[in-house]
Amino acid sequence: MINENQKLNTKLFSQAPDMAPIRDGFGDALVELGKENERVVALTADLKESTRVDEFAKQFPERFFEVGVAEQNMVTIAAGLAVSGKIPFVTSYAVFSPGRNWEQIRTTVCYNNVNVNIAGHHAGLMTGPDGATHQALEDIAMMRVLPHMTVFVPCDSIEAKKATKAMIHISGGGYIRLARDPSPLITTEETPFIPGKADVLWESKKPKVTIIACGTMVAQSLFAAEELEKEGIGSIVINMHTIKPIDSKTIISYAKKTKCVVTAEEHQIAGGLGSAVAEVLAMNYPVPQEFVGVRDSFGESGKPNELFEKYGLGIKDIKEAVKKVVTRV
Amino acid sequence: MELLSEKKIKHLYTVADRIRELVIESLLHAGSGHSAGPLGMADIFSSLYFHILTHDPKKPLWDGRDHLILSNGHICPVQYVSLALAGYFPITELLTLRKIDSRLQGHPHRGSLPGVETTSGPLGSGLSQSIGLALGLSLDKKKNRIYCLMSDGEHQEGNTWEAVMFAGKKKLSNLTTIIDRNNIQIDGFTEDVMPLESLRKKYEAFGWNVIDVNGHNIEEFIYAVLEAQSVFEKPTVIIAHTIPGKGVQFMEKNYTWHGKVPNKKEAEEAIHEIRSLGNKISHE
Repeated sequence: MINENQKLNTKLFSQAPDMAPIRDGFGDALVELGKENERVVALTADLKESTRVDEFAKQFPERFFEVGVAEQNMVTIAAGLAVSGKIPFVTSYAVFSPGRNWEQIRTTVCYNNVNVNIAGHHAGLMTGPDGATHQALEDIAMMRVLPHMTVFVPCDSIEAKKATKAMIHISGGGYIRLARDPSPLITTEETPFIPGKADVLWESKKPKVTIIACGTMVAQSLFAAEELEKEGIGSIVINMHTIKPIDSKTIISYAKKTKCVVTAEEHQIAGGLGSAVAEVLAMNYPVPQEFVGVRDSFGESGKPNELFEKYGLGIKDIKEAVKKVVTRV
Repeated sequence: MELLSEKKIKHLYTVADRIRELVIESLLHAGSGHSAGPLGMADIFSSLYFHILTHDPKKPLWDGRDHLILSNGHICPVQYVSLALAGYFPITELLTLRKIDSRLQGHPHRGSLPGVETTSGPLGSGLSQSIGLALGLSLDKKKNRIYCLMSDGEHQEGNTWEAVMFAGKKKLSNLTTIIDRNNIQIDGFTEDVMPLESLRKKYEAFGWNVIDVNGHNIEEFIYAVLEAQSVFEKPTVIIAHTIPGKGVQFMEKNYTWHGKVPNKKEAEEAIHEIRSLGNKISHE
């Protein structure tokens, strides 16, 4: 059952849920931040429109820097800007930033311990027709391994806006993972958002499993939970919007309650959300866990829904994982 | 910057030799690190910290200060020694270089040591950070100058040229880059490993003001910095032609000294040579 306290979008389970691209929330937040805080600056590497930084650029031209197709230079300039007291956001596709400029992020953002915020756009299979070169499936792993780095994977556009606005108050580097195509609006303006604190969106009366998801897989998990409920399998669905620092307390408390866990992410299974959850469980309260995610392969061109199905990220894949894990308890 | 007198020039050379001595001592105690680069840049570091830079060792974070970014962080012993001699921290602390719990990390780390402005060492990242600082300070309408020290070898990094291109586009005249053109890198001579010439023509093509100097002629170097300060429409690069290992004959021009340190006997010999002005005087 939907957790009423979360004040979610009531149309989520309707025939036509409200939709918006997750990246739009980032762009909206950036403009608000620009108005609220003069220290906020933004950079892009020849992707002004598709990273949604164009409105910020229009309204605050003196605080916007176009670096050309040069992601390494972009994030390192941002580190210098942060040393001078600015709060930079750098925007590109996740395959290039943090993909191509990882060492610069490690040294000049994280080890330097400066507030540089990295927006990784077009993450995941949802990037669709562009194909595997442009579908980042490794970025959560690359970012969560870094000290002085916070990692957000918002589940919808509204949450992306809240997370982006929160980033300027968090010391050290920040990473926000953003998807391209429209996806269902799960939350509303009233939905609580606390960085580092996971939210329980679905709570059956007699839950047998805890599904922990992030990003686009939160909606998939909620749809799976609804179908499972009808089939007599109660569940918990947790929106793990902050991958680092991870909310161990919530993970442990629901593992104790349901005795098994499924994780779901639009990312490689290796090193992502599932791995982060498994680390917490292994150290504190080991229970059986199944992983829904991409299994050590690249994507390919195709429509997002086709790719989700082919690469094991469908609603049916979550349901299968649930049915498997409950037998392992 | 105050006017340069004969007396001041002489003093800066004396400081440079003192820097070389302390570099040798630090490296001997550290047991690992780089020798050729720090010795080759001693004259330039003497000029920067004891004449050119507007700074206050007692207030390392004073917002009126000039910023020195050491992109080729591996030569940091020469910066650490200069900072200690200038009064940023006690000279005795130099002997903790590269040791556990030391503030003197093997490569510069922001926040560890007063006077170190940012983290550097992985080659090719200092110029971009300097550009960020230059942009940030100009946004705030501040007049501070940024000096970025680079190696010649790091001009083989793609990130370097992304930064060179950007600084040219933005006409960052508050930025001066100084290249230690000593022609060596770990694997050999730069022109054998991966030719860099013509550095001058490359920088000119990217819209920079280029000045070549003898990196061991303090007067020439300081005048080049003064020229850079008077150029308002471009960033300036000073290509400082230096001799790696300068001041210690058995190290000079020998690339194998890029990434190793002297043993006790070699260190004694080196310090004797520096103190006796290359065996020209009998007392030290």
